Amino acid sequence: MSFQEIFLQQLFNGLLLGSFYGLVALGYSMVYGIIKLLNFAHADIYMVGGFISLAILKFFGGTFLGNAWLGIVTAMILTMIIVGLLGVAIQRVAYRPMFNAPRLSILITALGVSMILYNAVMVITGGEYRAYKTGLGYGGFNMGSVYVTHTQAILIVASMALMLVLHLFITRTMYGKAMRGIALDHDTCRLMGINVNKIIALTFFTGSALAAAAGMMAGVYYGSLHFFMGFVIGIKAFTAAVIGGIGIIPGAMLGGILLGLLESFGTQIPFIGSQWKDVFSFSILILILIFKPTGLLGKKESERM
Amino acid sequence: MSETVLSLKTLETRYGAVYALKGINLEVRKGEIVTLLGSNGAGKSTTLKTISSLIRACGGSVEFMGKNITHEEPHVIVQMGVIHVPEGRKILKELTVLENLELASFTLKDNVERQKRIEHVYEFFPVLKERQKQMGGLLSGGEQQMLAIGRGMMVKPKIMLLDEPSMGLAPIIVQSIMKIIKQINAEGTTILLVEQNAKIALKLATRGYVLETGNIVAEGDAATLSKDESIVKAYLGH
Repeated sequence: MSFQEIFLQQLFNGLLLGSFYGLVALGYSMVYGIIKLLNFAHADIYMVGGFISLAILKFFGGTFLGNAWLGIVTAMILTMIIVGLLGVAIQRVAYRPMFNAPRLSILITALGVSMILYNAVMVITGGEYRAYKTGLGYGGFNMGSVYVTHTQAILIVASMALMLVLHLFITRTMYGKAMRGIALDHDTCRLMGINVNKIIALTFFTGSALAAAAGMMAGVYYGSLHFFMGFVIGIKAFTAAVIGGIGIIPGAMLGGILLGLLESFGTQIPFIGSQWKDVFSFSILILILIFKPTGLLGKKESERM
Repeated sequence: MSETVLSLKTLETRYGAVYALKGINLEVRKGEIVTLLGSNGAGKSTTLKTISSLIRACGGSVEFMGKNITHEEPHVIVQMGVIHVPEGRKILKELTVLENLELASFTLKDNVERQKRIEHVYEFFPVLKERQKQMGGLLSGGEQQMLAIGRGMMVKPKIMLLDEPSMGLAPIIVQSIMKIIKQINAEGTTILLVEQNAKIALKLATRGYVLETGNIVAEGDAATLSKDESIVKAYLGH
C-alpha cells in the first residue's frame, strides 16, 4: 500500500471510530454540564441501544416496506426514542432523588445503574455475542485503491448529521438555550421561569438517544454485539469529552473525532503497533490534561462582581 | 386603599435549626414601591428567596393576589407574574446578552411578542442593545444590573422583587438604576425593593419595613421612617 492509500484508509477508520466516540461523549458532556454528574451508566445506555435496535430490526425482519435502508432508518429512530425514554426514566428514578445529596452519592448510584443495565443484558443474552445482521450488503465504492462500503460512508455521514442537528438544537432553540443556562446556574434559571427538572430530563433524553444511535451504528459496523461492549468505548468517550472540555458540547464532538483519528493514525507510527493504540490515546489525554486542564475548548474560570 | 398584591403572613424560614425569618408580616399593595431595609444578615434576601420559593417556608404563608403560593415551584411563581431579580445580578455569563433576555421569557411561545419585549427592554437600556451579542460575563457591574432588571421585565411581571440593585455600583449608576425602577413602577409594576442603602431606598419608596434578625421591627410611610430617630441612627448613618 502506498502512503496515500494508508492515509486515506486510516482517515476513514479514524473518522468512523471518532464519530462513535463523539456521539457517546456528547451524552457524558451534556449530563456533566447540567448536573455535574459523571454518568457511569451512559456507556451501558450505548450498549442497550445496540441490543434494542437489533431486537427492532429482527421484529421487522430487517426491512421496512421491503427496503433494507428504510428498515435501518426506522429502527434507528425507534431505538433513539425508546432508549431516550429509558434515560429519562433512569434519571427520574435513580438520579433525581439524589440531586441534593452529596456528589459522591449520585456517583455511586450511577455505578449501580450501570451494573443493573449490563447484568440485565447479560442475563437476557446469556452473556454471548450476538450477530448483527443487516440486509445492507457489502456494496461500495473505491477511493483510490481503498474500498469503502456504502454502510461505512453512511455511518459517518449519519453521525455527523446527528451532531449537526444537536448543535443547532443547542444554539438556536429555546430548549437548547435553557440547557446551556441551567449548566451555568440552576437557581437563576428557576427565577427566569424555567422548569429545571424538565430540562434536565430533556438532556438525559437527548444524550441517551445519541448514545443509542452510536450503539446501533457500532452493531451495524462491527457485525456483533456483546453486553460488555460499552466498557471500553465508555472510557474512550469519556476521554474524548475531557479532551474537548467536559460540559462543552462542540468540545465533545471535537474530542471524539480527534481521539478516533489519533488512534487510527497512531497505529501507523513505527514501533507503535495497533496493540499500543490505547496507550497512545491515553498518553495524549495526559498531555492535554497537563497543558490545558480544562480541555481544548475549555475556558478559564473568570469571576466578576 | 388599592388591592393587595403580595402579603406575607407570619412567614417563617429556617436554615437547619436556625430561624432566619421568625414570623414576619408584610404587605405590598398595587402600584406601590415598598422597601425592606435591614443590615447584613437581617433576613432580607431570605425573605425574597422564600417568596420566590427558592427556599421553602417552614411556617406561615405567602399570598399573591389572594392566592396562596407558599408551596408552588419557583418557575410557576414566575409564570404567575412574581419576578425576583436576585442579589449579585446572577447573569448567565457564558450566554450572550440577547440570549439572557430571550431565556427570561422561556415560557412565552410567541416569538413576535418576545421580540417586542426585547425592544422594550432596549428602550430602557440602550447600552444592552449595543452589547447584545456579547457574553453576559463581559458586562460591567452596572450593565449586569441593567440586564438583570431587563430580564425581569421580559415576563411583564405584576410585582418585581429587587434584591440590592445598588450593591457595588458607583453612585451615579445607582441613581440611574433607581430612576429606571421608578419608571418600571410608573408602567404599572409593583415593586418590593430590598436595600442596605436605606437613604436611596427611602427616597424612592412609598412605604418601608425594617427587618432585624428575622423580625420586622418598624414599618410605615417612607417619609415617617426617614425621620425616625432610631432608624436614622441604625441605617442612615448620620
